[in-house]
Amino acid sequence: MMMKKTRPSFRLPRAWVPYLLLSPFLALFSIFGLFPLLFSLWMAFQSWEPTAGLEAMRFTGLENFIFVLGDAWFWKALGNTLWLAVFSGLPQHLVALPLAVFINRAFGRHGHSVAAAYFLPYITSTVAIAMMFTSLLSTDYGLINALLKWAFGMEAINWLWQPQTLKPAVAMVVFWRYVGFNLVLYLAALQTIPRELYQAAKLDGAGSWSCFRYITLPALKPMMLFGITLSIIGGMQLFEEPFILTNGRGGPDQAAMTVAIYVYRLAFDFSDFGAANAISWLLFALLATMTWLTNRAFKDRKP
Amino acid sequence: MTRDKSPDTRRRQLLAAAALAPLAHSAPAQSEPPRLVVAAFPLLDQVIKQALPAWSQAHGGVQVEVISRQYDDHHTAMTTALSSASASHLPDVIALETMYMGRFSLGAGLQDLSVPPYLAEGLRERFVPFAFEQARNREGAVVAIPADIGPGSMFYRADVLERAGLGLKDLSESWEAYVQAGVQIKARTGAYLLAHARYLKDIVLFSSTPAGQSIYFDAQGRPSISSPLFQRAFELAQKVRRLGLDAIVDTWRNDWSEHLRRGKLATELSGAWMASQMAKSVAPNTHGLWRAAQLPGGSFGGWGGSYYAIPRRSDPSRKALAWSLIQHLTLSRELQLSAFKNQDAFPALLSAQDDPFFDEPVDFLGGQRARQLWRDAARRIPARPLHRQNKFAEEVVNGELDNVLIYGKSIPKALADAQALLVHRATR
Repeated sequence: MMMKKTRPSFRLPRAWVPYLLLSPFLALFSIFGLFPLLFSLWMAFQSWEPTAGLEAMRFTGLENFIFVLGDAWFWKALGNTLWLAVFSGLPQHLVALPLAVFINRAFGRHGHSVAAAYFLPYITSTVAIAMMFTSLLSTDYGLINALLKWAFGMEAINWLWQPQTLKPAVAMVVFWRYVGFNLVLYLAALQTIPRELYQAAKLDGAGSWSCFRYITLPALKPMMLFGITLSIIGGMQLFEEPFILTNGRGGPDQAAMTVAIYVYRLAFDFSDFGAANAISWLLFALLATMTWLTNRAFKDRKP
Repeated sequence: MTRDKSPDTRRRQLLAAAALAPLAHSAPAQSEPPRLVVAAFPLLDQVIKQALPAWSQAHGGVQVEVISRQYDDHHTAMTTALSSASASHLPDVIALETMYMGRFSLGAGLQDLSVPPYLAEGLRERFVPFAFEQARNREGAVVAIPADIGPGSMFYRADVLERAGLGLKDLSESWEAYVQAGVQIKARTGAYLLAHARYLKDIVLFSSTPAGQSIYFDAQGRPSISSPLFQRAFELAQKVRRLGLDAIVDTWRNDWSEHLRRGKLATELSGAWMASQMAKSVAPNTHGLWRAAQLPGGSFGGWGGSYYAIPRRSDPSRKALAWSLIQHLTLSRELQLSAFKNQDAFPALLSAQDDPFFDEPVDFLGGQRARQLWRDAARRIPARPLHRQNKFAEEVVNGELDNVLIYGKSIPKALADAQALLVHRATR
């Protein structure tokens, strides 16, 4: 009788399996995430003429950082960024939170359908939005000036060519775009709060404000931390809206030149990759600090 | 005879075939003609594609791939490509727009075309002088060949001028007369003189800087923006703003084109190509109402244009072919004329400018023989060396002009501050 020969099968040690399964992600992350990050850190300490190839890099130590910290344009860009982050970010939450409470109360479980309308700007192309607002904000032919004239008899405002009006115009566009995103976050969090809590509070004689103050707000705290952290990160990295509204130049008196726009211009318009990378890392440090402070502010305090 | 194959055998054979496939493929490939890659931007890519069949046929069927990106994306991609250590990421021929020439030509990424076997210096007499001279690197070597140019022209609304009771002479005698005419135009027709005061500052600087001198830097590369020319350009821009003669709009924005369509802009200072842009897309309804003239004050300047270059580190085995293609694209009279007729690419090649097409009337400009005017301008535009920091210098100067126009900063102080900032940056 012939015995069927069995081949010894190759078996992967069990302990390797997780690493094998993770390896595609790790490989992609190393190539597209980690390497650019480390290369950027490397470049922050170099002086480089990019068109001459990698061998043209020259180590300059902290020179780029020293230059950036003494660069008036960097501080101006940082000031613009902080202004826009506050005046576009803060209203997003101040409007989204009560709006979410209202939609939750008025529409209950169907609130998401209503929120979708507010969410629409978030998923629309930034370029399309910025182009649309460029037309709306046109001095002579824009709808916004036409409405202001019709309603209040106001003179036409040159929104995009005056530093005093450019910043609020950009903040308005950013607010309009992201308020729906925060609304959806808050609505999702609201719908996880057990209704029994409200019923019990009402039985104890609590009014609407007390319910909001002692049930809704504490329950929303984790989502508020998440939403505000995202707003801080997004605000400090603001790029597309001011870039398109100002034709990529930052506007009159560079009033809407954010740090991200300045980084882009330094690298690709002014060929100063070293300084651009130094700013990127300074921005990273600032963002990390702000995020940490936000976490501290939201941390539960022991009585 | 056939033999049954076990699954294992079949799998091994398939694996072996897959492993050997690249080698098997490369053997016959050696006899195949090489492929060239050309990186370009819109409209120029059409010119290249049009030229390829004839060139490819004359070179044994060489295949050419044209990679096209939008202007800014293209130049950003080229910066990245030139920074790469590997020749495999580099195109064989790259197109460059005039605005970006300083950054590329004064870097070290482009092939010196003055040396053998290129000997581009010998082609100098065949092109309009300014275009050829602007393609030199820091050592004065030619690193790119011009394809098309944008001779500066003043487009004006003949009907608006007539309603204002003015003639062309009132508008074009000098820059000061141009601004003065703007006052009459605004008062009598309500139309603005031009889109933005910043553009007046630019064109006065571009067209009045003496030949052989860079706009923002002296011969030693030091910032030089405290000259009387800057003072004059700033004063003119300030006057335009104070008198409300500029519409304060950005070119290519919706409100700018709407102004053009409605006759709210009396003049548009731009390259010759603007006539067809207006005719085809920006303001076709103004057909016959515009005219072209030389820039005021007998000044001449260029707006845009294209060059071809070979990356220094591209594959050496294909450089000869790349150079041949560049020569075809820039030295073929027929091709240059065809590009002018179809894509409004005004030829940099002098021999292409003698065609009867230049004497034909331009419908959009009311039958004016404007091409003769632009040809004259093209030959008189002075060559002005570029500087690697040109774009930054322009940004600094624009920022200070904003301070003058918006906050009323004094012009001498604005220029001194711009000079100080540039000195701080120029050595980086």
